[in-house]
Amino acid sequence: MIPGPVRYRRVRSVDEAVVLLSQLGTDAKVLSGGQSLIPMMKFRLAEPSYLIDINAIPGLDFIEERGGVLCLGALVRESTLERSMLVRQRYPILHDTAEVIADPLVRNLATVGGNLAHGDPANDHPATMLALRAQVVARGPNGERSIPIDDFFVDTFVTALQPDELLTEIRIPVPPPRSGGAYVKFERKVGDYAIAAAGVFLVLDEAGRITQAGIGLTNLSYKPLRAVDAERALLGQYASDELLRYAAELAAQATDPVSDLRGPADYKRAVARTMTLRALRRALERAQANA
Amino acid sequence: MEPLPIQVTVNGRTYSAEVEPRLLLVHFLREVLNLTGTHIGCDTTSCGACTVLWNGRPVKSCTVLAVQVDGGEILTVEGLEGEGQLHPVQEGFWEEHGLQCGFCTPGMMMTAVALLNENPDPTEEEIRKAISGNLCRCTGYVNIVKAIQYAARKMREGMSVHAGGV
Ligand SMILES: Cc1cc2nc3c(=O)[nH]c(=O)nc-3n(C[C@H](O)[C@H](O)[C@H](O)COP(=O)(O)OP(=O)(O)OC[C@H]3O[C@@H](n4cnc5c(N)ncnc54)[C@H](O)[C@@H]3O)c2cc1C
Ligand code: FES
Ligand code: FES
Repeated sequence: MIPGPVRYRRVRSVDEAVVLLSQLGTDAKVLSGGQSLIPMMKFRLAEPSYLIDINAIPGLDFIEERGGVLCLGALVRESTLERSMLVRQRYPILHDTAEVIADPLVRNLATVGGNLAHGDPANDHPATMLALRAQVVARGPNGERSIPIDDFFVDTFVTALQPDELLTEIRIPVPPPRSGGAYVKFERKVGDYAIAAAGVFLVLDEAGRITQAGIGLTNLSYKPLRAVDAERALLGQYASDELLRYAAELAAQATDPVSDLRGPADYKRAVARTMTLRALRRALERAQANA
Repeated sequence: MEPLPIQVTVNGRTYSAEVEPRLLLVHFLREVLNLTGTHIGCDTTSCGACTVLWNGRPVKSCTVLAVQVDGGEILTVEGLEGEGQLHPVQEGFWEEHGLQCGFCTPGMMMTAVALLNENPDPTEEEIRKAISGNLCRCTGYVNIVKAIQYAARKMREGMSVHAGGV
Protein backbone atom coordinates (compact mmCIF):
# COMPACT_ATOMS: atom_id res chain seq x y z
CA MET A 1 0.00 0.00 0.00
CA ILE A 2 1.28 3.40 -0.96
CA PRO A 3 0.10 6.77 0.34
CA GLY A 4 -1.37 9.25 -2.12
CA PRO A 5 0.78 12.05 -3.54
CA VAL A 6 1.73 14.54 -0.89
CA ARG A 7 4.11 17.42 -0.31
CA TYR A 8 6.37 17.49 2.71
CA ARG A 9 8.06 20.09 4.84
CA ARG A 10 10.16 19.65 7.95
CA VAL A 11 9.68 22.61 10.27
CA ARG A 12 12.12 23.75 12.93
CA SER A 13 9.90 25.75 15.27
CA VAL A 14 6.35 25.94 16.56
CA ASP A 15 5.96 29.35 14.90
CA GLU A 16 7.01 27.97 11.53
CA ALA A 17 4.50 25.14 11.89
CA VAL A 18 1.69 27.54 12.82
CA VAL A 19 2.43 29.89 9.91
CA LEU A 20 2.39 26.97 7.47
CA LEU A 21 -0.80 25.58 8.99
CA SER A 22 -2.59 28.90 8.63
CA GLN A 23 -1.43 29.25 5.02
CA LEU A 24 -2.40 25.73 4.01
CA GLY A 25 -5.60 25.27 6.05
CA THR A 26 -7.32 21.90 6.01
CA ASP A 27 -5.13 20.58 3.16
CA ALA A 28 -2.25 20.16 5.55
CA LYS A 29 -1.72 17.62 8.30
CA VAL A 30 0.78 17.67 11.10
CA LEU A 31 3.09 14.65 10.99
CA SER A 32 4.14 13.62 14.48
CA GLY A 33 4.96 9.96 15.20
CA GLY A 34 3.11 9.05 12.02
CA GLN A 35 1.87 5.82 13.56
CA SER A 36 -1.78 6.67 12.99
CA LEU A 37 -1.46 9.11 10.11
CA ILE A 38 0.78 7.04 7.81
CA PRO A 39 -1.34 3.87 8.13
CA MET A 40 -4.41 6.00 7.31
CA MET A 41 -2.64 7.51 4.31
CA LYS A 42 -1.69 4.03 3.08
CA PHE A 43 -5.35 2.99 3.26
CA ARG A 44 -6.21 6.33 1.58
CA LEU A 45 -8.45 7.11 4.52
CA ALA A 46 -6.39 10.27 4.85
CA GLU A 47 -5.19 12.13 1.77
CA PRO A 48 -3.58 15.34 2.97
CA SER A 49 -1.88 17.34 0.25
CA TYR A 50 0.79 18.58 2.64
CA LEU A 51 2.62 17.06 5.59
CA ILE A 52 4.17 19.34 8.17
CA ASP A 53 6.77 17.24 9.98
CA ILE A 54 7.18 18.60 13.52
CA ASN A 55 9.75 16.03 14.67
CA ALA A 56 12.70 18.38 14.23
CA ILE A 57 11.25 21.09 16.48
CA PRO A 58 13.74 21.23 19.35
CA GLY A 59 12.59 21.14 22.95
CA LEU A 60 9.07 19.75 22.43
CA ASP A 61 9.82 16.49 24.22
CA PHE A 62 10.00 17.64 27.83
CA ILE A 63 8.66 15.69 30.81
CA GLU A 64 8.91 18.02 33.79
CA GLU A 65 7.06 19.34 36.81
CA ARG A 66 6.66 23.10 36.80
CA GLY A 67 4.66 25.06 39.39
CA GLY A 68 2.40 22.23 40.50
CA VAL A 69 1.87 20.87 37.02
CA LEU A 70 3.40 18.00 35.08
CA CYS A 71 4.16 19.29 31.58
CA LEU A 72 4.47 16.84 28.71
CA GLY A 73 5.70 18.17 25.39
CA ALA A 74 3.68 17.09 22.36
CA LEU A 75 6.67 15.15 20.99
CA VAL A 76 7.22 12.92 24.02
CA ARG A 77 7.37 9.38 22.60
CA GLU A 78 5.42 6.63 24.29
CA SER A 79 8.68 4.73 24.78
CA THR A 80 10.19 7.74 26.58
CA LEU A 81 7.17 8.06 28.83
CA GLU A 82 7.40 4.35 29.56
CA ARG A 83 11.05 4.63 30.63
CA SER A 84 10.77 7.90 32.60
CA MET A 85 11.59 7.42 36.30
CA LEU A 86 9.59 10.53 37.22
CA VAL A 87 6.53 9.06 35.51
CA ARG A 88 7.06 5.62 37.00
CA GLN A 89 7.32 6.98 40.54
CA ARG A 90 4.83 9.83 40.55
CA TYR A 91 2.39 9.06 37.74
CA PRO A 92 1.97 5.27 37.63
CA ILE A 93 -1.29 5.71 35.69
CA LEU A 94 0.70 7.26 32.83
CA HIS A 95 3.23 4.45 32.98
CA ASP A 96 0.40 1.88 32.94
CA THR A 97 -1.01 3.58 29.85
CA ALA A 98 2.19 4.00 27.84
CA GLU A 99 3.09 0.37 28.43
CA VAL A 100 -0.06 -1.00 26.80
CA ILE A 101 -0.18 1.27 23.76
CA ALA A 102 0.47 -0.59 20.53
CA ASP A 103 3.80 -2.47 20.63
CA PRO A 104 7.39 -1.46 21.49
CA LEU A 105 8.26 -0.62 17.87
CA VAL A 106 5.25 1.64 17.38
CA ARG A 107 5.92 3.23 20.78
CA ASN A 108 9.40 4.27 19.66
CA LEU A 109 7.77 6.77 17.31
CA ALA A 110 4.22 7.35 18.58
CA THR A 111 3.83 10.59 20.54
CA VAL A 112 1.56 11.56 23.40
CA GLY A 113 0.50 14.69 21.52
CA GLY A 114 -0.47 12.65 18.47
CA ASN A 115 -2.35 10.16 20.62
CA LEU A 116 -4.68 12.95 21.80
CA ALA A 117 -4.77 15.02 18.60
CA HIS A 118 -5.87 12.01 16.59
CA GLY A 119 -9.20 12.02 18.48
CA ASP A 120 -9.55 8.26 18.21
CA PRO A 121 -11.81 6.83 20.96
CA ALA A 122 -9.77 3.60 20.68
CA ASN A 123 -6.59 5.37 21.76
CA ASP A 124 -5.55 4.90 25.36
CA HIS A 125 -4.24 8.28 26.50
CA PRO A 126 -7.56 10.11 26.20
CA ALA A 127 -9.16 8.10 29.03
CA THR A 128 -6.12 8.63 31.24
CA MET A 129 -6.11 12.36 30.57
CA LEU A 130 -9.84 12.54 31.30
CA ALA A 131 -9.27 10.80 34.63
CA LEU A 132 -6.39 13.16 35.44
CA ARG A 133 -8.26 16.33 34.39
CA ALA A 134 -5.49 17.36 32.04
CA GLN A 135 -5.30 20.57 30.01
CA VAL A 136 -4.24 20.57 26.37
CA VAL A 137 -2.18 23.53 25.22
CA ALA A 138 -2.58 24.61 21.60
CA ARG A 139 -0.76 27.31 19.65
CA GLY A 140 -2.42 29.05 16.72
CA PRO A 141 -1.97 32.28 14.76
CA ASN A 142 -3.61 34.21 17.62
CA GLY A 143 -1.37 32.76 20.28
CA GLU A 144 -1.71 30.06 22.86
CA ARG A 145 -4.79 28.68 24.57
CA SER A 146 -5.38 25.99 27.12
CA ILE A 147 -8.23 23.56 26.50
CA PRO A 148 -9.72 21.59 29.41
CA ILE A 149 -9.67 17.91 28.50
CA ASP A 150 -13.46 17.72 28.96
CA ASP A 151 -13.85 20.08 25.99
CA PHE A 152 -11.14 18.52 23.85
CA PHE A 153 -12.78 15.42 22.36
CA VAL A 154 -15.63 16.50 20.11
CA ASP A 155 -16.44 13.49 17.94
CA THR A 156 -14.77 10.44 16.39
CA PHE A 157 -11.45 11.74 15.01
CA VAL A 158 -12.56 15.31 15.81
CA THR A 159 -11.00 17.40 18.56
CA ALA A 160 -11.27 21.01 19.63
CA LEU A 161 -8.02 21.76 17.77
CA GLN A 162 -8.52 24.14 14.86
CA PRO A 163 -6.85 23.29 11.52
CA ASP A 164 -4.31 26.08 12.12
CA GLU A 165 -3.48 25.02 15.66
CA LEU A 166 -0.61 22.90 16.89
CA LEU A 167 -0.94 20.89 20.07
CA THR A 168 2.23 21.81 21.96
CA GLU A 169 1.84 20.53 25.48
CA ILE A 170 -0.28 18.55 27.92
CA ARG A 171 -0.57 19.73 31.52
CA ILE A 172 -1.50 17.45 34.38
CA PRO A 173 -1.98 18.62 37.97
CA VAL A 174 0.72 17.23 40.25
CA PRO A 175 -0.90 14.50 42.37
CA PRO A 176 -1.67 15.55 45.96
CA PRO A 177 -0.92 13.30 48.95
CA ARG A 178 -3.22 10.28 49.33
CA SER A 179 -3.88 10.12 45.60
CA GLY A 180 -3.46 7.27 43.19
CA GLY A 181 -4.23 6.39 39.61
CA ALA A 182 -4.27 3.29 37.44
CA TYR A 183 -5.02 2.27 33.87
CA VAL A 184 -6.25 -1.23 33.09
CA LYS A 185 -6.82 -2.49 29.57
CA PHE A 186 -8.18 -5.69 28.11
CA GLU A 187 -6.85 -6.44 24.63
CA ARG A 188 -6.91 -9.47 22.34
CA LYS A 189 -3.16 -9.39 21.83
CA VAL A 190 -0.18 -7.04 22.16
CA GLY A 191 -0.57 -4.21 19.71
CA ASP A 192 -4.33 -4.27 19.56
CA TYR A 193 -6.69 -1.54 20.61
CA ALA A 194 -8.73 -2.09 23.76
CA ILE A 195 -11.84 -4.25 23.90
CA ALA A 196 -12.40 -2.05 26.93
CA ALA A 197 -10.09 -0.09 29.21
CA ALA A 198 -10.44 2.23 32.16
CA GLY A 199 -8.30 4.97 33.68
CA VAL A 200 -9.02 5.94 37.28
CA PHE A 201 -7.61 8.68 39.49
CA LEU A 202 -8.65 8.98 43.15
CA VAL A 203 -7.81 11.39 45.98
CA LEU A 204 -8.58 10.53 49.61
CA ASP A 205 -8.85 12.76 52.68
CA GLU A 206 -7.12 11.94 55.96
CA ALA A 207 -10.07 9.87 57.12
CA GLY A 208 -9.97 7.84 53.89
CA ARG A 209 -12.99 9.41 52.19
CA ILE A 210 -12.82 9.97 48.44
CA THR A 211 -12.58 13.69 47.72
CA GLN A 212 -11.81 13.52 44.01
CA ALA A 213 -12.54 10.86 41.42
CA GLY A 214 -11.76 10.71 37.73
CA ILE A 215 -12.81 7.82 35.49
CA GLY A 216 -12.08 7.71 31.76
CA LEU A 217 -13.09 4.87 29.42
CA THR A 218 -11.48 3.69 26.18
CA ASN A 219 -13.15 2.41 23.02
CA LEU A 220 -16.61 2.27 24.55
CA SER A 221 -18.33 5.10 22.74
CA TYR A 222 -18.00 7.31 19.67
CA LYS A 223 -15.52 9.41 21.62
CA PRO A 224 -13.43 9.03 24.76
CA LEU A 225 -15.81 8.84 27.67
CA ARG A 226 -15.82 10.20 31.20
CA ALA A 227 -17.97 8.19 33.60
CA VAL A 228 -19.49 11.16 35.41
CA ASP A 229 -22.21 9.31 37.37
CA ALA A 230 -19.72 6.77 38.63
CA GLU A 231 -17.36 9.55 39.73
CA ARG A 232 -20.20 11.29 41.57
CA ALA A 233 -21.19 8.11 43.38
CA LEU A 234 -17.70 7.88 44.87
CA LEU A 235 -17.40 11.43 46.18
CA GLY A 236 -17.48 11.87 49.96
CA GLN A 237 -17.68 8.12 50.50
CA TYR A 238 -15.41 5.65 52.26
CA ALA A 239 -14.05 3.28 49.65
CA SER A 240 -15.57 -0.12 50.34
CA ASP A 241 -15.37 -2.84 47.73
CA GLU A 242 -19.15 -2.67 47.50
CA LEU A 243 -18.92 1.02 46.61
CA LEU A 244 -16.28 0.33 43.95
CA ARG A 245 -18.51 -2.39 42.46
CA TYR A 246 -21.42 0.03 42.36
CA ALA A 247 -19.29 2.70 40.66
CA ALA A 248 -17.99 0.17 38.13
CA GLU A 249 -21.58 -0.78 37.32
CA LEU A 250 -22.50 2.88 36.78
CA ALA A 251 -19.45 3.30 34.53
CA ALA A 252 -20.49 0.30 32.43
CA GLN A 253 -24.00 1.73 32.10
CA ALA A 254 -22.54 4.96 30.73
CA THR A 255 -20.88 3.15 27.82
CA ASP A 256 -22.24 2.86 24.32
CA PRO A 257 -20.02 0.31 22.56
CA VAL A 258 -20.59 -1.06 19.06
CA SER A 259 -20.59 -4.75 18.21
CA ASP A 260 -17.61 -5.59 16.02
CA LEU A 261 -14.73 -8.07 15.68
CA ARG A 262 -13.70 -7.33 19.25
CA GLY A 263 -17.04 -8.63 20.49
CA PRO A 264 -20.72 -7.83 20.88
CA ALA A 265 -21.77 -4.69 22.72
CA ASP A 266 -23.04 -6.51 25.82
CA TYR A 267 -19.76 -8.32 26.20
CA LYS A 268 -17.80 -5.08 25.92
CA ARG A 269 -20.01 -3.48 28.54
CA ALA A 270 -19.30 -6.39 30.87
CA VAL A 271 -15.57 -6.06 30.22
CA ALA A 272 -15.85 -2.31 30.85
CA ARG A 273 -17.33 -3.05 34.29
CA THR A 274 -14.48 -5.40 35.15
CA MET A 275 -11.76 -3.08 33.85
CA THR A 276 -13.23 -0.15 35.81
CA LEU A 277 -13.42 -2.24 38.98
CA ARG A 278 -9.81 -3.36 38.61
CA ALA A 279 -8.62 0.16 37.91
CA LEU A 280 -10.59 1.48 40.91
CA ARG A 281 -9.05 -1.13 43.20
CA ARG A 282 -5.53 -0.49 41.96
CA ALA A 283 -5.93 3.30 42.16
CA LEU A 284 -7.26 2.97 45.71
CA GLU A 285 -4.34 0.76 46.75
CA ARG A 286 -1.92 3.28 45.36
CA ALA A 287 -3.72 6.19 47.03
CA GLN A 288 -3.62 4.37 50.36
CA ALA A 289 0.07 3.60 49.93
CA ASN A 290 0.70 7.24 49.07
CA ALA A 291 -0.50 8.59 52.43
CA MET B 1 4.66 15.54 -6.45
CA GLU B 2 8.10 16.97 -6.91
CA PRO B 3 10.85 14.76 -5.50
CA LEU B 4 12.89 15.97 -2.56
CA PRO B 5 16.61 15.43 -2.08
CA ILE B 6 17.57 13.27 0.88
CA GLN B 7 20.84 12.04 2.32
CA VAL B 8 20.76 8.92 4.44
CA THR B 9 23.47 6.76 5.95
CA VAL B 10 22.48 3.13 5.55
CA ASN B 11 24.70 0.47 7.11
CA GLY B 12 27.53 3.00 7.34
CA ARG B 13 27.37 4.13 3.72
CA THR B 14 25.92 7.52 2.80
CA TYR B 15 23.43 7.68 -0.05
CA SER B 16 21.97 10.72 -1.76
CA ALA B 17 18.70 10.35 -3.62
CA GLU B 18 15.69 12.26 -4.87
CA VAL B 19 12.50 10.73 -3.58
CA GLU B 20 8.79 11.42 -3.70
CA PRO B 21 7.60 12.40 -0.22
CA ARG B 22 5.13 9.53 -0.21
CA LEU B 23 7.83 6.92 -0.70
CA LEU B 24 7.96 4.62 2.33
CA LEU B 25 11.31 3.88 3.93
CA VAL B 26 10.88 0.15 3.32
CA HIS B 27 10.38 0.76 -0.41
CA PHE B 28 13.38 3.08 -0.47
CA LEU B 29 15.53 0.36 1.08
CA ARG B 30 14.23 -2.49 -1.03
CA GLU B 31 13.59 -0.84 -4.38
CA VAL B 32 15.96 2.11 -4.55
CA LEU B 33 18.93 0.70 -2.62
CA ASN B 34 18.20 -2.94 -3.49
CA LEU B 35 18.51 -3.97 0.14
CA THR B 36 15.85 -6.65 0.11
CA GLY B 37 16.79 -8.16 3.46
CA THR B 38 14.15 -5.95 5.06
CA HIS B 39 10.84 -7.73 4.48
CA ILE B 40 7.27 -6.55 4.06
CA GLY B 41 4.94 -8.89 5.92
CA CYS B 42 1.68 -7.11 6.50
CA ASP B 43 2.07 -3.56 5.24
CA THR B 44 -0.34 -2.52 8.02
CA THR B 45 2.14 -1.76 10.85
CA SER B 46 1.26 -5.04 12.55
CA CYS B 47 4.02 -7.62 12.02
CA GLY B 48 7.44 -6.02 12.45
CA ALA B 49 9.02 -7.91 9.52
CA CYS B 50 10.12 -4.51 8.21
CA THR B 51 11.93 -3.47 11.41
CA VAL B 52 15.10 -1.42 10.93
CA LEU B 53 17.06 0.75 13.34
CA TRP B 54 16.60 4.48 12.80
CA ASN B 55 19.25 6.35 14.78
CA GLY B 56 19.55 3.24 16.90
CA ARG B 57 15.89 2.66 17.67
CA PRO B 58 13.86 -0.16 16.11
CA VAL B 59 10.94 1.12 14.02
CA LYS B 60 8.61 -0.30 11.40
CA SER B 61 9.99 0.93 8.09
CA CYS B 62 6.61 0.42 6.37
CA THR B 63 5.30 3.24 8.55
CA VAL B 64 8.03 5.83 8.08
CA LEU B 65 8.53 8.00 5.00
CA ALA B 66 11.95 8.05 3.38
CA VAL B 67 11.97 11.87 3.60
CA GLN B 68 11.63 11.63 7.36
CA VAL B 69 14.97 9.88 7.75
CA ASP B 70 16.84 12.54 5.76
CA GLY B 71 20.06 13.23 7.67
CA GLY B 72 19.65 10.10 9.77
CA GLU B 73 21.25 6.70 10.13
CA ILE B 74 19.59 3.43 9.24
CA LEU B 75 20.80 -0.04 10.09
CA THR B 76 19.29 -3.00 8.26
CA VAL B 77 19.96 -6.71 8.52
CA GLU B 78 22.55 -6.39 5.74
CA GLY B 79 24.57 -4.17 8.05
CA LEU B 80 24.86 -6.69 10.87
CA GLU B 81 27.62 -8.85 9.47
CA GLY B 82 31.09 -7.33 9.46
CA GLU B 83 34.18 -8.60 7.64
CA GLY B 84 32.69 -12.03 7.11
CA GLN B 85 31.78 -12.37 10.76
CA LEU B 86 28.19 -12.83 11.77
CA HIS B 87 26.82 -10.49 14.40
CA PRO B 88 26.31 -12.38 17.69
CA VAL B 89 22.56 -12.08 17.17
CA GLN B 90 22.84 -13.70 13.74
CA GLU B 91 25.06 -16.37 15.19
CA GLY B 92 22.52 -16.97 17.97
CA PHE B 93 19.71 -17.51 15.46
CA TRP B 94 21.97 -19.95 13.61
CA GLU B 95 23.11 -21.87 16.68
CA GLU B 96 19.75 -22.01 18.46
CA HIS B 97 17.64 -22.64 15.36
CA GLY B 98 15.80 -19.35 15.91
CA LEU B 99 14.00 -19.50 12.57
CA GLN B 100 12.03 -21.77 10.31
CA CYS B 101 10.78 -19.99 7.17
CA GLY B 102 12.94 -16.98 7.99
CA PHE B 103 10.42 -14.36 6.98
CA CYS B 104 10.26 -12.64 10.35
CA THR B 105 13.97 -13.11 11.01
CA PRO B 106 15.50 -9.84 9.74
CA GLY B 107 13.03 -7.75 11.72
CA MET B 108 13.34 -9.98 14.75
CA MET B 109 17.12 -9.68 14.69
CA MET B 110 17.04 -5.89 14.37
CA THR B 111 14.78 -5.66 17.41
CA ALA B 112 17.11 -8.01 19.28
CA VAL B 113 20.17 -5.94 18.37
CA ALA B 114 18.50 -2.78 19.69
CA LEU B 115 17.47 -4.56 22.88
CA LEU B 116 20.96 -5.88 23.59
CA ASN B 117 22.54 -2.49 22.90
CA GLU B 118 20.30 -1.00 25.57
CA ASN B 119 20.15 -3.93 27.96
CA PRO B 120 23.07 -6.38 27.70
CA ASP B 121 21.59 -8.83 30.21
CA PRO B 122 17.84 -9.01 29.64
CA THR B 123 15.59 -11.45 31.49
CA GLU B 124 13.45 -13.82 29.44
CA GLU B 125 10.48 -11.58 30.20
CA GLU B 126 12.32 -8.50 28.97
CA ILE B 127 13.22 -10.31 25.77
CA ARG B 128 9.63 -11.43 25.21
CA LYS B 129 8.37 -7.92 25.84
CA ALA B 130 10.93 -6.38 23.48
CA ILE B 131 9.97 -8.69 20.61
CA SER B 132 6.23 -8.41 21.23
CA GLY B 133 5.87 -6.19 18.15
CA ASN B 134 7.54 -8.79 15.91
CA LEU B 135 5.28 -11.63 14.85
CA CYS B 136 6.54 -15.10 13.96
CA ARG B 137 4.13 -17.60 12.44
CA CYS B 138 6.50 -20.57 12.62
CA THR B 139 8.69 -20.98 15.66
CA GLY B 140 6.49 -20.39 18.69
CA TYR B 141 9.20 -17.95 19.82
CA VAL B 142 10.98 -20.41 22.14
CA ASN B 143 14.09 -20.69 20.01
CA ILE B 144 14.01 -17.00 19.17
CA VAL B 145 14.26 -16.23 22.87
CA LYS B 146 17.11 -18.77 23.17
CA ALA B 147 18.88 -17.19 20.21
CA ILE B 148 18.74 -13.77 21.82
CA GLN B 149 19.95 -15.21 25.13
CA TYR B 150 22.82 -16.82 23.25
CA ALA B 151 23.71 -13.48 21.67
CA ALA B 152 23.47 -11.68 24.99
CA ARG B 153 25.90 -14.15 26.56
CA LYS B 154 28.25 -13.90 23.64
CA MET B 155 28.21 -10.11 23.61
CA ARG B 156 28.75 -9.91 27.37
CA GLU B 157 31.65 -12.28 27.25
CA GLY B 158 33.03 -10.16 24.43
CA MET B 159 34.27 -13.31 22.83
CA SER B 160 35.29 -13.12 19.22
CA VAL B 161 32.52 -14.42 17.04
CA HIS B 162 33.25 -17.15 14.58
CA ALA B 163 32.32 -16.79 10.99
CA GLY B 164 29.02 -18.33 10.00
CA GLY B 165 28.50 -20.58 7.05
CA VAL B 166 30.22 -23.84 6.30
C1 LIG C 1 -0.34 -1.42 15.03
C2 LIG C 1 -0.75 -0.22 15.82
C3 LIG C 1 -1.36 -0.41 17.04
C4 LIG C 1 -1.74 0.67 17.81
N1 LIG C 1 -2.31 0.43 19.02
C5 LIG C 1 -2.63 1.48 19.81
C6 LIG C 1 -3.19 1.27 21.09
O1 LIG C 1 -3.35 0.13 21.53
N2 LIG C 1 -3.51 2.35 21.84
C7 LIG C 1 -3.29 3.62 21.40
O2 LIG C 1 -3.58 4.55 22.13
N3 LIG C 1 -2.79 3.85 20.18
C8 LIG C 1 -2.44 2.81 19.39
N4 LIG C 1 -1.92 3.06 18.16
C9 LIG C 1 -1.84 4.44 17.69
C10 LIG C 1 -0.53 5.07 18.05
O3 LIG C 1 -0.42 5.24 19.45
C11 LIG C 1 -0.42 6.42 17.34
O4 LIG C 1 0.90 6.71 17.33
C12 LIG C 1 -1.16 7.59 17.90
O5 LIG C 1 -2.53 7.37 17.78
C13 LIG C 1 -0.87 8.87 17.13
O6 LIG C 1 0.34 9.40 17.52
P1 LIG C 1 1.43 9.81 16.45
O7 LIG C 1 2.44 10.60 17.17
O8 LIG C 1 1.89 8.62 15.73
O9 LIG C 1 0.60 10.81 15.52
P2 LIG C 1 0.46 10.92 13.94
O10 LIG C 1 0.10 9.64 13.35
O11 LIG C 1 1.63 11.63 13.40
O12 LIG C 1 -0.79 11.92 13.88
C14 LIG C 1 -2.11 11.51 14.20
C15 LIG C 1 -3.07 12.67 13.95
O13 LIG C 1 -2.88 13.71 14.90
C16 LIG C 1 -2.47 14.91 14.27
N5 LIG C 1 -1.41 15.47 15.11
C17 LIG C 1 -0.33 14.79 15.60
N6 LIG C 1 0.40 15.59 16.39
C18 LIG C 1 -0.22 16.79 16.40
C19 LIG C 1 0.08 18.03 17.04
N7 LIG C 1 1.13 18.17 17.86
N8 LIG C 1 -0.76 19.07 16.85
C20 LIG C 1 -1.84 18.93 16.03
N9 LIG C 1 -2.16 17.80 15.40
C21 LIG C 1 -1.36 16.73 15.57
C22 LIG C 1 -1.99 14.51 12.89
O14 LIG C 1 -2.13 15.55 11.98
C23 LIG C 1 -2.88 13.33 12.59
O15 LIG C 1 -4.13 13.77 12.12
C24 LIG C 1 -1.52 2.00 17.35
C25 LIG C 1 -0.91 2.19 16.11
C26 LIG C 1 -0.52 1.10 15.35
C27 LIG C 1 0.12 1.34 14.04
S1 FES D 1 5.38 -4.89 7.04
FE1 FES D 1 5.78 -3.29 8.41
S2 FES D 1 4.85 -4.00 10.21
FE2 FES D 1 4.36 -5.59 8.81
S1 FES E 1 10.38 -18.15 11.05
FE1 FES E 1 8.65 -18.10 9.80
S2 FES E 1 7.66 -16.31 10.47
FE2 FES E 1 9.22 -16.52 11.92
